[in-house]
Amino acid sequence: MPGLQEMAKKEGAFAGGHRMCAGCPVPIFTKMLTRVTDKYEIVAGNATGCLEVASSIFPYSAWKIPWIHTAFENAGASMSGVEAMYKSLKRQGKINKKLKFVAIGGDGGTYDIGLQSLSGAMERGHDLVYICYDNGAYMNTGVQRSSATPLGASTTTSPKGKKSSGRQGKRKDLTKIMVAHNIDYVAQASIHKPVDLSNKLKKAIELDGPAFINILCPCILGWKINPDMGVEAARVGVETGFWPLYEVENGEYNINYKPKYRPVTDWIFMQGRFRHLKSPENQPIVEEFQKEVDKNWEWLLKQ
Amino acid sequence: MSKILAITGAGAMSQAMRQINPDVVPAFPITPSTQVVEDFSQFVADGLVDTEFITVESEHSAMSACIGASIAGGRVMTATSSAGMALMWEMLYVASSMRQPVVLTLINRAMSAPINIHADHSDSMGARDAGWIQLYSESNQEAYDNLIMAPRIAEASDVRLPIMICLDGFIISHCVQTMQMEDDDKVREFIGEFKPAYSLLDTENPVSWGALDLQDYYIEHKRAQHMAMQNAKESIKLVSEEFYQCFGRKYELFESYCLDDAERVIIAINSIAGEIKEVVDDLRNKGEKVGLLKIRSFRPFPYEEIAESLKSAKIVTVLDRSESMGAYGPLFTEIRTALFDVPDRPMVYNRMFGLGGRELFMSDIQNIFEESNRYLENGKVEKVFDYLNVRGG
Repeated sequence: MPGLQEMAKKEGAFAGGHRMCAGCPVPIFTKMLTRVTDKYEIVAGNATGCLEVASSIFPYSAWKIPWIHTAFENAGASMSGVEAMYKSLKRQGKINKKLKFVAIGGDGGTYDIGLQSLSGAMERGHDLVYICYDNGAYMNTGVQRSSATPLGASTTTSPKGKKSSGRQGKRKDLTKIMVAHNIDYVAQASIHKPVDLSNKLKKAIELDGPAFINILCPCILGWKINPDMGVEAARVGVETGFWPLYEVENGEYNINYKPKYRPVTDWIFMQGRFRHLKSPENQPIVEEFQKEVDKNWEWLLKQ
Repeated sequence: MSKILAITGAGAMSQAMRQINPDVVPAFPITPSTQVVEDFSQFVADGLVDTEFITVESEHSAMSACIGASIAGGRVMTATSSAGMALMWEMLYVASSMRQPVVLTLINRAMSAPINIHADHSDSMGARDAGWIQLYSESNQEAYDNLIMAPRIAEASDVRLPIMICLDGFIISHCVQTMQMEDDDKVREFIGEFKPAYSLLDTENPVSWGALDLQDYYIEHKRAQHMAMQNAKESIKLVSEEFYQCFGRKYELFESYCLDDAERVIIAINSIAGEIKEVVDDLRNKGEKVGLLKIRSFRPFPYEEIAESLKSAKIVTVLDRSESMGAYGPLFTEIRTALFDVPDRPMVYNRMFGLGGRELFMSDIQNIFEESNRYLENGKVEKVFDYLNVRGG
């Protein structure tokens, strides 16, 4: 694996001049796609979402590699078709390239509306990496709650109010659902750890078969943080244990980073979407949040 | 070798798919189109085709995978019916708007609810504005021939639109009829190699597909699609003529059956045309000037050509097998539009029949011609719209 400096010399898949929000950390991983491997060329597909909308306003495109978007709920299926055509043409001797395929979706397009399409693509065994950038809500349409939204977060469809403390109930653990697909490689990564992230991208891209990576990607707008705090918010999310960094290779768990204990309030209260949890009557929600994080770590350490 | 086969409509479609040998087929089973994909997966299992077969988990994913595969630069086919088509709906528009010549066998089946597995045209008629070329088929032979012609029609460089070949569920899909199946090599030669204009796999010339297209460009792209659909008319005619030269069966945008001097005409789509032809023959033997106009191409719709061929008609009965609640049937609306500019236009009226597979017998068709005769004698259409063969009608 080349070092970061070496990698940075290679052309990225994603050009500057895109229309992502100031401070949005998503392009950190899109630029890495071509830099992590020298063995293959990359073809990418996008679910509808922030990244898709902000990277492809006709007649411009930020993508320097072949890229396709067709709809919101079907990145897995569209890219299944692309990969199948490659396989077919390769078998027929009509193409002679070494290509790898990457599908990208936000948590809305992945945890929710695109879950079936993702599940099908992984189960069928396409040679496809699915990357979810999890920012914890439907940010593209204006911060509506998703099944990835953390407990207590105020969104535009789970707003705090006189009788509500924001999002109710537990968030879905999609990474575990993907582990249950018995695919060769599943990982959680964070946008703030480029070496760990690029190692995971490289592994996922270079293996033959389906792989899934879930990346914690703070949203400036939805998390209500300053534009210079995106990467920092991801770091604190990992250090407080909210977002464990781990890989599951052929069913074997490997925790990549064990944080020293740090209370989740450090992460929650750096974000405006949880501000209402500071009030005394919402203390039980904060306690429940911490309990869930602790429980998840205990479970993970036993794997 | 070309041979006469006794085969179901669904079987005929899977044989045509085998001969076309598409690069990718993503498919999900649904009655009554299931046999098409079952047969085809056996061809894949037996190594008779080069196809990569994707057993997708839904029809939405089937059409999504069709689009992805097509953009990756090869020939793509699938098959579905009714609810399956409805689940594809969003992606039907994406396929046509991304100008991908995907070929779909649509075995027409009623839309739920109530759930019903039999023939009507509510599935394809609902998709009439989705930007797909729609060809309809009376028999196994026509469905097979249409499917053989489909890739060529759709892939023409000034067209590049998806195409659906429609045939009636069960009445055609599950009934054995004799059919001329052409020689594999001759079919493959007729269809030729697929030449993509652009391919997503062309990494030297990377293209971004599916951009966000706002007020400053969207309408030009829609107009370009409209023009491509207009061009499809010529493509259908050219490919049909070449098919005739190659295989000896002649097809037009629609079939004119005893139309030349016909005064009373029925216009219909798909399998019911068979019964109508029988009745027309009987009445012609008795000296009555009756005829049939059978629609083949519903999109693009041949307005001028139809108006021209109805020159001698005095009264036209349009049979619709698909409801448009609160409006006339979709075929009737088109026919009336086609006739509006004709100076001595015939009287025209609409009859709804056969929803959910309800039979229409030859005696019912005789009654239609008797009714149109009465209207003609009275110089007046009493009921512009009515149901045929229905309780409480």
